[in-house]
Amino acid sequence: MHIMEGFLPPEWCAVWYAFSLPIVAYGAWKIKKKINEDPRSKSLIAVAAGFVFILSALKLPSVTGSCSHPTGTGIAVVLFGPIVTAFLAFIVLIYQALLLAHGGITTLGANTASMGIIGPFVGWLFYKLLKRSNFKLAVFVTAAISDWITYVVTSIQLALAFPASPEINGVIISTTKFMTVFAITQIPLAIIEAILAVLLMGYLLQVREDVKEVVTA
Amino acid sequence: MRLALLLILLLIAPVFAQEWGGADEKAEEVIKELNPNYEPWFSPIWEPPSGEIESLLFSIQAAIGAVVIGYILGYYRGKYARNT
Repeated sequence: MHIMEGFLPPEWCAVWYAFSLPIVAYGAWKIKKKINEDPRSKSLIAVAAGFVFILSALKLPSVTGSCSHPTGTGIAVVLFGPIVTAFLAFIVLIYQALLLAHGGITTLGANTASMGIIGPFVGWLFYKLLKRSNFKLAVFVTAAISDWITYVVTSIQLALAFPASPEINGVIISTTKFMTVFAITQIPLAIIEAILAVLLMGYLLQVREDVKEVVTA
Repeated sequence: MRLALLLILLLIAPVFAQEWGGADEKAEEVIKELNPNYEPWFSPIWEPPSGEIESLLFSIQAAIGAVVIGYILGYYRGKYARNT
């Protein structure tokens, strides 16, 4: 669940736009370069984007009694890293903000920062750490972490804008409050997403053996 | 197979809970609690006219992703089968 339209004060919207836009632009440039170098990577980028499209459209019920949706960024992180993921997430977030009134144009920068950049970046760190020891586990952890951290970041973003009291303590209190809404709901969903990512990745590598060498290198 | 079973279990488990609102609505409540004076300063330019249309657009989003993945994986598979 993204931060809704108008629910982030203008100054915070600006901060997160300033943070996200350069990375999204870099991601777009990187994708273009990648396709120029190897036209075959176009279809792989489409698969990664397709996974984000499907998973972020599924609002799933969770143990907390509320619904939320996975992010689907794990495949993109494993195949291309967080910079490319930022651009793909940005596209999906625009679709949802304009056509679904889900998320928003004012909060687009903040939502891209959580779902497209910080979540995938942390997931990618875990991927780097694990990919040589156990590939399947690495995909699982990467997908789950990219998903879950997204909602931790969302909680922090909201807490920074709505601290319970003016000092840093207030931010921490608010973060905990938003975390109980977002982060706990998200745990089972992150696991579901991770399972799907492992299944898809397993199939993909069966039919594209060349990709395996690249992603585990 | 084990993974698929776990998947089903995770989806069935929440049946015991009750409400099924969106987590973003809950976040809205928390914001109201932390800052009762906050008014959203911008509202969506366009909103789906009804819940039905919203679910239609969500379905289209998922369908686009599914078509793309299915088409490309099928293509890879065909190519792989021909080469081996």
